[in-house]
Order: sequence, then structure tokens, then C-alpha cells
Amino acid sequence: MQDYLQLFADWVTYTIFGLVQGNPLASSVNFFVYDTIKVTLLLAVIVFAVGIVRTFITPQKVKKWVAGRTEGAGNVLAALLGIPTPFCSCSAVPLFIGFVESGVPLGITFSFLIASPLINEVAAAMLLAMFGWQIALIYIVSGLVIAIVAGIIIGRLHMEGQVEDFVWKCRMHDQPDKTMTWKERVDFGISESKAITLKVLPYIIIGIAIGAVIHGYAPSDFLVTIAGPDNPLAVPVAVLLGIPLYSNAAGMIPIMEVLTAKGMAIGTALAFMMAVIGLSLPEMVILRKVIKIKLLAIFAVILFVSFTLTGYLFNAILG
Amino acid sequence: MTKIEVLGTGCAKCKRLFANVEQAVKDLGLPAKVVKVEDLDAIVESGVMMTPALFINGEIVAEGRVPDVNEIKSLLTE
Repeated sequence: MQDYLQLFADWVTYTIFGLVQGNPLASSVNFFVYDTIKVTLLLAVIVFAVGIVRTFITPQKVKKWVAGRTEGAGNVLAALLGIPTPFCSCSAVPLFIGFVESGVPLGITFSFLIASPLINEVAAAMLLAMFGWQIALIYIVSGLVIAIVAGIIIGRLHMEGQVEDFVWKCRMHDQPDKTMTWKERVDFGISESKAITLKVLPYIIIGIAIGAVIHGYAPSDFLVTIAGPDNPLAVPVAVLLGIPLYSNAAGMIPIMEVLTAKGMAIGTALAFMMAVIGLSLPEMVILRKVIKIKLLAIFAVILFVSFTLTGYLFNAILG
Repeated sequence: MTKIEVLGTGCAKCKRLFANVEQAVKDLGLPAKVVKVEDLDAIVESGVMMTPALFINGEIVAEGRVPDVNEIKSLLTE
């Protein structure tokens, strides 16, 4: 499959565009064609599969499954269920209220709220396409560990007083869950795959285009000193830079691929990506409606520390 | 008279859903009242956990996603 893709990319570069092998423009074009097709195909397939899984896991069900679980088991379950659940920062408030109101402990609610945006199928598919399955797996497992541990810490801090008072007074109606037929599930998977792939495609193309330029023109070691494994400050700085960048994981990962090829340490790149997708300013502004500033600050600091530690850990192991 | 409610706090997806609903109603020439529910308390009260959500005659038909114009049309004609 990859060989055919490479043949096609070569054909476009050298035959259609008539570029000479070895010049930087040829190298950029070849890279662009190959990566765009590969990422798009893989993304469409994975989003389709996750879409099917998603029809089985609605927030209403998640809420029932995790309510009444104890610390530990509850956090693990909430974090796992957060993986296929899509997250839009504007849903953070109703989700939070729905969980807390139906008796889900605060720590378990946070495990879900952290895992849901942090571990998503678009980032996983792109890491798989551009970095290989090992890095994709590292991303999912470390995301889970962060969501579980951070949720347990927040639970242990007993921050219930930091939840805005009105949340406890909310009474939510239970919405009946409709049972879907297999045809409906497959249709849903297809429509999700189409919608999400088309939505992120422009970001992917821009990301790969920028990556392709760097790939073709930048010297191969220009990031070694700034972002290589020997600069301990690179990880926290990358995480801090990643927080205000919001929802552009699809565009970031192709650039990351090239930056790591040019000397950026892989742990630093992972930490940066997690900060981009796992923690964002708009999300924090929205969460402020339901939690007080102290808990919000603790939430942000715990995630900052977790992402930074993850970066150091994988720089040490893989660097 | 069909009563259609679009629930959401005003994010981009909610606006897209509202536009799709208006288009579907216009295409069908249906006598319908389309309401935007942006108040957080009302959203929570209705039991919706993922916005945007679409209610037709008080019944939830979509949650956490944006159905396209064709799907809304078939939901309305059911």
C-alpha cells in the first residue's frame, strides 16, 4: 500500500511536474503528495471506526456507567470512555453539570473531561500515519494515565466547595436513549468520517505544505540545539506555547513530524501536541462558569505539570 | 405548526445547525416555529449534555452533532 503511494508521489513529482530528483523543490512536492494522501486515507478509516463505537457510547450512558463507581476504577472507566467521546469546548458545561448532578464524583468527572479532548481519533490517526504505531500508542496510553492520575488528585483534594453553587441545584431530565440499528450505526460512521475528514483536511494540507517547505529547505539539524533532548527548558516552553493554540492538532502534527526530523526531541513534540489539544484558553473560560478560579488554576497546573513530565519521560526513553 | 428548538450556547456548530434548520424549513415550506435556546439553565434543564442539540415538537432528535439539511428535512417529514 505504502509502496504504491510512493510510486504515485514519485510519478506526480518527476513525471507530471517534471522536477529533477534531488532538488529541494522536488523533495518538498514528493513529501507533500505522499503525506497528504496517506494521512487522509488513514484518517477517514479511523474516524469511521470510531464513529461506529461512538453510537454505543452516549454521554447519557457514560454518566450512568460511572456514577457510583469508586476512586480508581471510576477514574479508569471515565478516562477510557472519554477516548471515543467527541469534545467541543462549548459542551464542557452541560457535560460537567450532567455528571456532577447525577452523583458522579468530581475526580471521576475530571478524568472524563481531561481524556475527552486530550485523546482524540484525529490526533491518533495522524500520529499513526506520520510517526508510526509506537508513538500513537504512547500518546494514547500517556493521555489515559494523565487523565486517571489528574482525576484522582483532584478527587483527593476535595474541591467540591470550588464548584459554583448553582451546579448542585441543577436537575436534569433523563433523555431516553434510542436503540440504533446496525445500518444506522454504519451510516453514522460514514457521515462522521466524511464530516470530520473534510473539516480537518484544510488544516492537514496547510500543515503538510508548511512541513514540506521545511522538509525541503531547512538544514537537517537546525533544531537540535533549541529543541533537542539536551535543552531541558524546551519541554516546559513547548507546553506553554501549546496552550493558547487551539484545536489545530490536524495542522500541527505534520509540522511536528518535520520538526522532529530536523532535531526536535520526540518527547518535546508530544508534550507540545498534548498542550495544544488537551488544554485551551477558550475551554478554561467556559469551565469558569461552573468551577471557581482556584479549582480552575489547579486543573491547569496539574495538566501543565503532567504534559511537561510526559515530555521529559519520553525524551529520556526515546531521545 | 411544528415547534423546532436548536439548543446551544452560541458556538460555531450551533449556528451551523440553526442555519441548516432554517434552510430545511424554507425548502419544505413548512409552517414551523424555530427557536434558538441559548440559555445555559434551559439547556441543562432539557437534559442535553452535548451541544448543539435539535428538538422537534419537544422530542430530541440529534445531540452533539450537526445534521445536514437533507437529514433535517427527513426528520421533519417523518
